[in-house]
Amino acid sequence: MGVIVILIIVSVFVAGGFLVAFIWSVKSGQMDDDYTPSVRILFDNEPVKNKK
Amino acid sequence: MVYQLLDENGLCQYYDLSDMPGLTAKGQFTSDRYNYLDHAVIQEQLIQFKLGDQAHVTFYLPQIHCVSCVWLLENLSKINSGIIHSQTHFEKKEIKIVYHPSHISLKELVQLLAFVGYEPVIHLGGNDWLKKKKVNKIQLYKIGIAAFCFSNIMMLSFPAYLSKDASELGSLRHFFIYINLLLSLPVLLYSASGFFISAYTGLRQKWLNIDAPIALAIAVTFGRSAYEIISQTGAGYLDSMSGIVFFMLVGRWFQDKSYDSFAFDRDYSSFFPLGVTVLEQGKEVNKPLSELVKSEIVLIKSDEMIPADAILLTEGALIDYSFVTGENAPIALTLGQWVYAGGIQKGRSIQLEVVKPVGQSYITELWNSPLLKTEKNVEKSFVHPWSQYFTLVLLSIAMVTGIYWSVYDTHKILPAVTAVLIVACPCSLLLTVTFTYGNVLRWLGKQKLYCKNASVIEAMHKIDTIVFDKTGTLTNHDDTQLEYKGITLSKEEMIAVKSVTRESLHPLSQMVTQFLKLQVADITSFQKLENFIGKGTKAISGAFEIIIGSIAFLKEHGIQEGKVNEGSVVCLAINGKFKGVFKVNHTYRIGIDKMFNQLLKNGYHLHLLSGDHPTERSNLLQIIGQEIPMVFEQSPSDKLHYIQHLQNKGHLVMMVGDGLNDAGALKKSDVGIAVTDQTHLFTPASDAILEGNQINLLSEFIFYAKKAKLIIVLIFVLSIMYNVIGMYFATTARLSPMVAAILMPISSISIVALTALLSYLYSSKIRSNN
Repeated sequence: MGVIVILIIVSVFVAGGFLVAFIWSVKSGQMDDDYTPSVRILFDNEPVKNKK
Repeated sequence: MVYQLLDENGLCQYYDLSDMPGLTAKGQFTSDRYNYLDHAVIQEQLIQFKLGDQAHVTFYLPQIHCVSCVWLLENLSKINSGIIHSQTHFEKKEIKIVYHPSHISLKELVQLLAFVGYEPVIHLGGNDWLKKKKVNKIQLYKIGIAAFCFSNIMMLSFPAYLSKDASELGSLRHFFIYINLLLSLPVLLYSASGFFISAYTGLRQKWLNIDAPIALAIAVTFGRSAYEIISQTGAGYLDSMSGIVFFMLVGRWFQDKSYDSFAFDRDYSSFFPLGVTVLEQGKEVNKPLSELVKSEIVLIKSDEMIPADAILLTEGALIDYSFVTGENAPIALTLGQWVYAGGIQKGRSIQLEVVKPVGQSYITELWNSPLLKTEKNVEKSFVHPWSQYFTLVLLSIAMVTGIYWSVYDTHKILPAVTAVLIVACPCSLLLTVTFTYGNVLRWLGKQKLYCKNASVIEAMHKIDTIVFDKTGTLTNHDDTQLEYKGITLSKEEMIAVKSVTRESLHPLSQMVTQFLKLQVADITSFQKLENFIGKGTKAISGAFEIIIGSIAFLKEHGIQEGKVNEGSVVCLAINGKFKGVFKVNHTYRIGIDKMFNQLLKNGYHLHLLSGDHPTERSNLLQIIGQEIPMVFEQSPSDKLHYIQHLQNKGHLVMMVGDGLNDAGALKKSDVGIAVTDQTHLFTPASDAILEGNQINLLSEFIFYAKKAKLIIVLIFVLSIMYNVIGMYFATTARLSPMVAAILMPISSISIVALTALLSYLYSSKIRSNN
């Protein structure tokens, strides 16, 4: 039964890690724009270069 | 040319990305337009950040409308190596560019953007990125923390609820309980802090807003739980507490939907250009507008806005004041006459001598009017009239319970009273309200009525009077039709007139030409033609001597005709005889007759205020169907005073207008709705922005806003049911944590679901009319 204590502590830390990630993403401005990134990922990386 | 530019840089993918990429790419543009961007003063205003050889600037590009726009704008670095990086924000229609100022100047950057069809909108003063409300990050932090703590506490409480008795868990019980206590601290101290602060502020001002009982409930719940845990008499109600904090925060966030690409707080500085051409010792110099002083001479070219009150120094002024006063037709002015800020020159270049600095012009003074000093419809931490009653009812129930138990079983006083305070939390009221308003705002937005915040919906309930502007609000700015009244013209006469009017650049001449084109296709030659700018044209074509222009112009040439009204008319005389007039007919928006009908049926007092001449009075009477107060030739400050007058009589007024001439009235009224056809450009300060072609739904919009109150009442009654059940347990001192923990999510989730459902159902009227 004692192992549950350890498990719970570890899982709370893992969950806490996700919370920290969320706060970090809000802070760095990722949540400011929730539409454009969805469009941006559809672009190809390098357009074909036609040098004339 | 744009294609060439894209092709050379390997960006032809642009055309593949979307079915209708680009807009009319303005391949050609005058390069002096942006000369003011070379000024250090202006650069400082626009450049957000500069370090070494890197500068950041943000522009507003209303032309962004599709995926290809995003793609092209983010690949600008491939077109010009001076650009390091560019990122767009689609919803705000903004682009942020990082570039090397040494490789490309700000002016060249703007020229490049204009060249590919995305000319930035740059204005004096209100450069929106400076004043933009920051995305409320703190709200998101609070929700994140509340969610984390709530879900963990809930999970850790299950063992206690689901075990048969206390002994099954043994020492683990303490472990769970203490972790719960620990997790509830951030919720209490950080996530819920907003409620405490707001309640305290309210109390200091001697009134009870809705946050006061909420703060009380949270504090009591935590207090009792902490006591029980530390004294080992129970498990506490921490899961209910953190859950309710989480739901309420989400409700508030949901209600605060902001329309990022609209600005509700524009003042005059958002309409005026940033720079102006000044003549210094005969040379043209571009100067920032803020540096303009009295007696300077400015050069205003065609389609440019007049930045300050001035005196006309040259001939050829044809000023379109439609945005400022609402007058439809451009006014021709002569040397020495006054010209007011905000008008747009329609003829060719003119020179003006500035008489008043920009901030003191006739139009900008409107913003300094003392009548506009009070704030209204401010986003407030929700104040509801019922909250006063709620707290009283709550406290009285608690008191009664306390008294009851003091008689029967004194041990149960504290548990019962605290339980009452926990359960009777007006949280369900707040949830109902926030989620309802959030939904209503969204549905209204989908039908193109964008409200500034939820208080606007409340304000819409109470109005009893509606004031309309005419030009641009009831009429469509871009849609005008010509009508000819007079002696019927023969085919030859029409051909002759058309050939003559073709030669003039006057917008009214252009309209006559278009009108005649529909009747005759031929053109003939003319032998003599003289254009008198702003007045008319005199020409000889074949057998006809044609004089066409304003009434005054015809009078000058000896032709009198008494019966013609003022207004936008072009008079025609052939061979000395008066023939007729071409009348400019404003097309009224479709469906406004029905709208007026419904509003009158619903008992609203309607008024019409227009800056234009009274020529349309009879037409308007026909459309509206009955007599309402209609006042014409109103200046912007006349309109403002009219609204004030109505308010002094005790009315609550809604103003529906557009343009600078309504700015004062819109601000003063209890609800100001700005009507516009180009939603992202010129809208004066208002509480809501409405797209022009949806104005016929005004009656339905108001009806829907009223329904919001009904929805709140209905759902609150339902949630009282939960409260009653909970109250039963609470007053009998049998409120176990498990009961509380079950009641709370059930009531919250059902409230959220029901508000969404009812908001959708009631919105059928505003949706079906499409």
